[in-house]
Amino acid sequence: MRFKTLALASALAATTLFNVAHAQTEIQWWHSMSGPLGEWVNDLAKQYNASQKEFKVVPTYKGQYDESMTAAIAAYRAGNAPDILQVFEVGTATMMASKGAIKPVGEVMNSGGAKFDPSVYVPAVSGYYTAPNGQMLSFPFNSSTTIFYYNKDAFKAAGLDPEKAPTTWPEVIAAADKLKASGHKCPFTTSWMSWTQLESFSAWHNTLYATQNNGFGGTSARLAFNSPLQVKHFENLAKMSKDGTFVYKGRNNTADAAFPSGECAMMTGSSGLYARVAKDAKFKYGISTLPYYPDVKGAPQNTVIGGASLWVMSGKPADHYKGVANFFTFLSDTKVQSDSHRRTGYLPITTAAYKLTDASGFYKDNPGTDVAVTQMIRKTTDKSRGVRLGSFVQIRTIIDEETEQIWNGKRTAKEALDAAVKRGNEQLERFEKANKG
Amino acid sequence: MEKRVLFRSAWLPWLLIAPQMAVILVFFFWPASQAIWQSMQSEDAFGTSTAFVGLENFKTLFDDPAYIESFKVTALFSVLVAGIGIAISLLLAIFADRILRGSLFYKTFLIIPYAVAPAIAGVLWVFMFSPSIGVVSYGLRQMGMDWNHLLNSNQALSLIVVAAIWKQISYNFLFFLAGLQSIPKALIEAAAIDGAGPLRRFLTIQFPLLSPTTFFLLVINVVYAFFDTFAIVHATTEGGPGRDTAILVYKVWHDGFRALDLGGSAAQSVVLMVIVVVLTVIQFRYVEKKVQY
Repeated sequence: MRFKTLALASALAATTLFNVAHAQTEIQWWHSMSGPLGEWVNDLAKQYNASQKEFKVVPTYKGQYDESMTAAIAAYRAGNAPDILQVFEVGTATMMASKGAIKPVGEVMNSGGAKFDPSVYVPAVSGYYTAPNGQMLSFPFNSSTTIFYYNKDAFKAAGLDPEKAPTTWPEVIAAADKLKASGHKCPFTTSWMSWTQLESFSAWHNTLYATQNNGFGGTSARLAFNSPLQVKHFENLAKMSKDGTFVYKGRNNTADAAFPSGECAMMTGSSGLYARVAKDAKFKYGISTLPYYPDVKGAPQNTVIGGASLWVMSGKPADHYKGVANFFTFLSDTKVQSDSHRRTGYLPITTAAYKLTDASGFYKDNPGTDVAVTQMIRKTTDKSRGVRLGSFVQIRTIIDEETEQIWNGKRTAKEALDAAVKRGNEQLERFEKANKG
Repeated sequence: MEKRVLFRSAWLPWLLIAPQMAVILVFFFWPASQAIWQSMQSEDAFGTSTAFVGLENFKTLFDDPAYIESFKVTALFSVLVAGIGIAISLLLAIFADRILRGSLFYKTFLIIPYAVAPAIAGVLWVFMFSPSIGVVSYGLRQMGMDWNHLLNSNQALSLIVVAAIWKQISYNFLFFLAGLQSIPKALIEAAAIDGAGPLRRFLTIQFPLLSPTTFFLLVINVVYAFFDTFAIVHATTEGGPGRDTAILVYKVWHDGFRALDLGGSAAQSVVLMVIVVVLTVIQFRYVEKKVQY
């Protein structure tokens, strides 16, 4: 009897020993990357987990950006938030304004004992996610920017030089006219109307999109994209739409399918589309910078960031934050960054990673893949750092709604932009009021 | 005609309806009261700063021309879906009632759309009518009509109306068929002997006897058009072009879950709930009087 008790006791003791040895801290990571990008996320987590034994990052796909944000909000209210959440750039102001819900990345890195030097990150990228007091709030993960894709085969068929990309808007219009004359059904289209044709367009021309330095100065910012430059641009687009040289293909990124399928010959869209174009396009394609108006002083400046960043939720135990800091240090590693950049087309977030990729000859072998980076690596001005506004999702929908009325002929460009500014400002006023606390 | 069941015990009736009451309390009254409470708050997405603002969200709502437009779109949409849906299903039920051979085949195929999830129905129709790759839009272009529901409001509205009706036809059809078959054959034969043609027979005998079914389906179809069509709008037009297909329930979802304006969205939910309650009450008080049981 005594032997049995002793044996039982020692067996139990042994199992507890085993439990302690396998107590890996699990870091929950909610993201919105599907398809090849989802594989990229899973590979990153696998690589990290294999490199050390203390922490285990568990990535979970939670739907599109807006869906995963809603899920995280509900989980937070229920006390069940993940450790890391991938939030699109449009949700930055909402995350920043929710004091107490998030823990700034700068704080996490410093308290987690990780070596953290904010200056290694590309200014145009990290600046977007930094608070006015200089503290980095979220970790840049998949940053894209707006670039210009064009179909070289279609150019050749229309009598245009396929190696010469149109770099200014007058050149784009001329190329579109020639494409239409040669019978092409969709010379030009765009994806993410507000992002490409207003936000990035304004920064590219060093013009304000909203007051208070595009919202960086605080929640009292109001929209300003109905200035003469943007109105002129939309009047040009309206004329193109009437001529049939610009074909509207839908809201958000519904138009993304139109370029790789060969339907549309020229498209302004995200650099993140590169992965899909490289895989699906059955024609020779070229990548170039976003078009600009040569008569505007200061153009081209730099384009604005898109994509998403990683936010750390508050209320987690200290060892979780240690793990998050450890994981972010891994993600900032030059080789990891360079590999990710080459695989996905997303921007490298450290200048060292860009230099490594450049030195490896990747840009020479894949012409056009460095366009996104060079557009962003320039020094930013106060007007071109990006746009940080509350209720941004609503404002983008308002812009979609109003500009659609231009393409179907119901409103002029000036009327539509004025209406969008007016409606958007109502949203901003409410956001300012709701987030005063 | 009212049936009254007499219970002798005082507590048995309450016990018997208790489970149903529990379900209604948990799944209707509790969320509804939370919505009413939330509609009177102004809060940020995470709920870290909440302020009580009374009826201000409602005032902002009715000052917003986009919301008033949404009302008009929803009214037009529900009239079209309920009206045309009931008319077509009635016609199909009459036809199905008369055939003798292969009736099972027709009935099965007419009932199948009901099993299709609303989101899938929406995607199905958007694929067929897609301006770039749709089969139907290709055919329409061959016939000279330029189909582009991304920019043409009438076409966008027609698309969601057709998709919504397609799904609901099966449901209406089943009820109408059952209703028609419950009419005693003797009545119809007597009318035929007296010399009444098919149309006359329908108008004076079948339709009045179908009125309970029609009334019921009217209520159901209106509720369907107001709420269950969200998935169809989301999958096809997302409220576009402009705001021309943004029905009230779509706006509730967009403002709450895309735009994270929880107070405004809750206010819209409350208004929507009040509308449907009022409509149903009106239907029961006035339209039911005309129903001949």
